[in-house]
Amino acid sequence: MKGKVLVVAGLLLAGLLALSSVQGRAQGGEVTLLNVSYDPTRELYQDFNQAFAKYWKAKTGQTVTVEQSHGGSSKQARGVIDGLQADVVTLALAYDIDAISQNAGLLPADWQKRLPQNSTPYTSTIVFLVRKGNPKQIKDWDDLVKPGISVITPNPKTSGGARWNYVAAWAYALKQPGGSEQKAQEFVKRLYKNVPVLDSGARGSTTTFVQREIGDVLIAWENEAFLSIKELGAEKIEIVVPSQSILAEPPVSIVDKVVDKKGTRKVAQAYLEYLYTPEGQEIAAKNYYRPRLDSVAKKYASIFPKIKLVTIEEVFGGWQAAQKKHFADGGVFDQIYQPNQ
Amino acid sequence: MAFTFKKRSNLPGFGLALGYTVLYLSLIVLIPLAATFLKASALSWDQFWHIVASPRAVASYRLTFGASLIGALINLVFGVLVAWVLVRYSFPGKRLFDSLVDLPFALPTAVAGIALTTIYAPNGWLGRPLASVGIKSAYSPLGVAIALTFIGLPFVVRSVQPVLEDMDKELEEAAASLGASRWQTFSRVVLPTILPAALAGFAMAFARAIGEYGSVVFISGNMPMRTEITPLLIMTKLDQFDYAGATAIAVVMLVFSLILLLPINLLQKWSSSREEKTSALVPEEIH
Repeated sequence: MKGKVLVVAGLLLAGLLALSSVQGRAQGGEVTLLNVSYDPTRELYQDFNQAFAKYWKAKTGQTVTVEQSHGGSSKQARGVIDGLQADVVTLALAYDIDAISQNAGLLPADWQKRLPQNSTPYTSTIVFLVRKGNPKQIKDWDDLVKPGISVITPNPKTSGGARWNYVAAWAYALKQPGGSEQKAQEFVKRLYKNVPVLDSGARGSTTTFVQREIGDVLIAWENEAFLSIKELGAEKIEIVVPSQSILAEPPVSIVDKVVDKKGTRKVAQAYLEYLYTPEGQEIAAKNYYRPRLDSVAKKYASIFPKIKLVTIEEVFGGWQAAQKKHFADGGVFDQIYQPNQ
Repeated sequence: MAFTFKKRSNLPGFGLALGYTVLYLSLIVLIPLAATFLKASALSWDQFWHIVASPRAVASYRLTFGASLIGALINLVFGVLVAWVLVRYSFPGKRLFDSLVDLPFALPTAVAGIALTTIYAPNGWLGRPLASVGIKSAYSPLGVAIALTFIGLPFVVRSVQPVLEDMDKELEEAAASLGASRWQTFSRVVLPTILPAALAGFAMAFARAIGEYGSVVFISGNMPMRTEITPLLIMTKLDQFDYAGATAIAVVMLVFSLILLLPINLLQKWSSSREEKTSALVPEEIH
């Protein structure tokens, strides 16, 4: 009897030890980084991590293993706030990294100034996916608010990526001749009235549109749109590029408190800087993210159509302001769904 | 009427067992719950009320508790039926059916959600015929109720099954030989016996459904005011880094659940004590 109790206690203890030792890391000739990212960068970082490991090995002789974690952008940020030991974060929007700085103080408030181009080594934009042949003749944002058009986009309150969809629509309405804040608000309201299903994440919306065959148009990141076509074939869906869209900037940063504790600052910094090199830019472009570097951008110019792009900075004055006005509880987005309006 | 603690029970190890029970319940249940209340107490009463009484939150309570109730009621009726069939009849494939009942327990809820959505979506096997007669199943409150019925299926079956197995067939035969109709036999003899167990299963299915998140978010469509369940609202608030708002709604759910579960448990107690009294009246010789 006593023996049995001991065995059970021993097993429990062993289990706890196993759990806690996951955090342990090798030192010296080997180093492990954890890159906490959002959903659609999975393929990008798989390629990039291999390239970086090769580069780092040649440069320093050190073997680096980069572990990846993917999920909804704000969920991932919350993981880091709650103690996930991320050396670097590569999220969908600056607001989520700001939240790590504000809620946990793991990195300085001016993190975005530390790397070139708003700490965004690659960009994307928001485009439309429609059914093959574009049966509803959707050409631009105006077509999305027409009665009878069914639009699929995730909930911007739960999906960082979807917030870019929302701000792209807003910016379009604002920049039209005679556009005003009020008209923009009316525009997004009409747009979201045409949304029959609000998935919680971008991949969920893609599934709803492609697998469940719901909706006439899916608002999506350009890289996700390309990926969908690559996976599903061009005979089912096609991309429509609107006349204007937003420059989606998914930023990157090291997490200071974590890299200092783990002693991985140097390699983490190099990891992010490698994203800006021609090799890193090439990998981004191959994974359908728009490269920043001119030489690489020129090489892939045929893939990425020219669109008039506005930035979050010029239209909204940055993510903090946009978040407060549009996505906070009781903000513009919530008002769309208030009853009797 | 002093404490009975001092009196030594015939069973040894009371102190030790109680100590472990309290420690275990504290670690697993009480401390996390206390943390929830603590976090919510960061809000002033006005802020708290503003969050939990917002129209969107109220609409989500209605859907969550309403759909959970419907799911649990369906399971109450059909769970008893399934248990009855599995205990009283033998047929080929009975073992298989019996183990199928546990499937909703074992299946990850996300898998269940995706599977149900695939079937009930407007282009799915069941969704298409339903849509053609004008019934919207997936992405509607009905879809939520379907998912909650699915995940609650095993509770009533598994709580009623052993009671039915223990029930003497002679009781029913005696009722029949004394001239009771089939309905009378069921309602006067069988039902009182299985009612406490069925209610217990109902309460568990209901409680389980209230907290369900994984399967519902796929099939509900998540439209604010219409198909947004309360657990999703909590997740939404967490994704906004609004920990206090999320816990405020969590506290409301907790209190609601307690208020609802308490009478169900009392009802169950009452019916089982009534059952004991009536069965005590039956003379032993009848067996």
